[in-house]
Amino acid sequence: MGVEFEPKIVAFMCNWCTYAGADNAGVARLESPANVLPIRVMCSGRISPEMVLRAFRSGADGVLVMGCHLGDCHYSAGNHRTLKRVPLVRNLLGYVGVNPERLELFWVSASEAPRFVQVTKAFTQKIRELGPFAQEVTA
Amino acid sequence: MMDAGRHPNITLLTWSEVEAVSGYVGNFSVRVRKKARYVNEELCTGCGTCQEKCPMKVLDTVFEAGMGKRKVIYRPFGQAIPNIPVIDKEHCTFFLKGKCKACEKFCAAKAIDFTQQDQMLDLQVGTIIVATGFALWDPKHLSQYSYGKSPNIITGEQFERLSNAGGPTSGEILLADGRKPEKVAIIHCIGSRDHNAHAYCSRICCMYALKHAHLVRDKTGAEVFEFYMDMRTYGKGYEEFYERVQEEGVTMVRGRGASVDVLPDGKLLVKGEDANLGRLVTADVDMVVLCTAVEAQPDADRVGALFGLSRSADGFFAEAHPKLRPVETNTDGVFLAGCAQGPRDVPDTVAHAGAAAAMAIGLLDRGKVTISPTTAKVIQEDCVGCGDCIPVCPYTAISRVDGAHKGIFAKAEVNAALCKGCGTCVATCPAGAIQALHFTDEQIVAQIEGVLAWA
Repeated sequence: MGVEFEPKIVAFMCNWCTYAGADNAGVARLESPANVLPIRVMCSGRISPEMVLRAFRSGADGVLVMGCHLGDCHYSAGNHRTLKRVPLVRNLLGYVGVNPERLELFWVSASEAPRFVQVTKAFTQKIRELGPFAQEVTA
Repeated sequence: MMDAGRHPNITLLTWSEVEAVSGYVGNFSVRVRKKARYVNEELCTGCGTCQEKCPMKVLDTVFEAGMGKRKVIYRPFGQAIPNIPVIDKEHCTFFLKGKCKACEKFCAAKAIDFTQQDQMLDLQVGTIIVATGFALWDPKHLSQYSYGKSPNIITGEQFERLSNAGGPTSGEILLADGRKPEKVAIIHCIGSRDHNAHAYCSRICCMYALKHAHLVRDKTGAEVFEFYMDMRTYGKGYEEFYERVQEEGVTMVRGRGASVDVLPDGKLLVKGEDANLGRLVTADVDMVVLCTAVEAQPDADRVGALFGLSRSADGFFAEAHPKLRPVETNTDGVFLAGCAQGPRDVPDTVAHAGAAAAMAIGLLDRGKVTISPTTAKVIQEDCVGCGDCIPVCPYTAISRVDGAHKGIFAKAEVNAALCKGCGTCVATCPAGAIQALHFTDEQIVAQIEGVLAWA
């Protein structure tokens, strides 16, 4: 292992809060990890469990779901659905032998560029320590 | 104000509050509570006799900033529009004790009506401009400035009343005991650029502090010390004014004023740092003016929720884009004007308000709105009519439509005008029969595979 493992992380971000927050992080010249591969959706409520599983199947080492804080959803309550779905998928991952820590849910608002950076950095570091997804499922 | 009051196409609803907002761009329903004034607006001629005859006076903490009194039946200030007074129910002798009615007795127009009730108005509007303004930060939060411990420690707003010809001293700058001040300290950034209060710059204070310094020099000839961190004179003609004030002999001290102490003889001791000299400085003065921060209105939370506005970290309403869309909000048809969005001075506010009015009128004039093409669509052949999508929709855009199947077996349909395209129904549909246009499952999966193949 000459080269350190660099995880690939798929991050689903809602258009109104987190995607704008990530945009603001860029505007503010805050550095966030390049491991995080953003996928914009209109609302975190759009993320069905299949999407998360698809991301893992396609080679992601970690998946982030990010949306507006509860009560701040642009669509009033889409993120309440997300709040219910993500723990469900985490349970499912555990059931099939995948560390549930590979999937996390964070609320990041449009004004929280520093939080976006902090959350993505911490998650990337965690996945880096967990190692590649493929290694875990074949072991 | 006067122009707005007289314009045939503008209806002013003063002494009113918005209670509920529903609908969407072009079709908002707004419920307004028009509070009882206890004065009949149709009959009142605005003569002002009631104000003269009212025997009760209370401290005016709004317009006079605690520097003067007003009657219990009053107009907020002399040029207020409309020129119709209101009775302050909380202090009116009649409402408290059941007698007096002096205003009613002297009103020639018979306009006083103690039986008036709050009215609810339901308005249908196409666009909304939120221009709720700002509040001033209370300097009591920082006890080192001793605000409230001496009547000669005042805020910039109170100084404004003091130097106003209509103010409590008829425009003379005087100490509380009636003497003219000999030394005045003006301290900038009270609550602004301070991580114990507000981290942002309030933008207006440097200029009004310089104006105050100029007024003190002009009216009293007193010695003036300005404690400032950075002089932010960024506007047209502002730097020139700064130079002029310096030439008038104002002592500029670069560094935050650290504290104000009230000495036993009533004098005030200002301590601060002169960052240019690199040492502590003190000044014993007669009057201290604190330039307090501009902050969001205390009810910004409630107002924001009412109009579907989010707020930025500083508490002001968030615009749709910090650089490119400073007037629009994330709710279509709702615009921001003035300090509701962030601290700004008069010319900037006028420009912002003009932009908001132009955008609102432009939208109305077109008569049509372009809605986002990102809506959800039911694939009728795949829909099993389970109805799971209906309760999850935050906009009640999904309903059952009778076709080959009827009643509870009918298939779902999305109303594209109501749908905002969040996609919650798409993720919910167990049959995969709803697709979010432009965010279809195939498109998202292709994106996932695309980013992962590339990384």
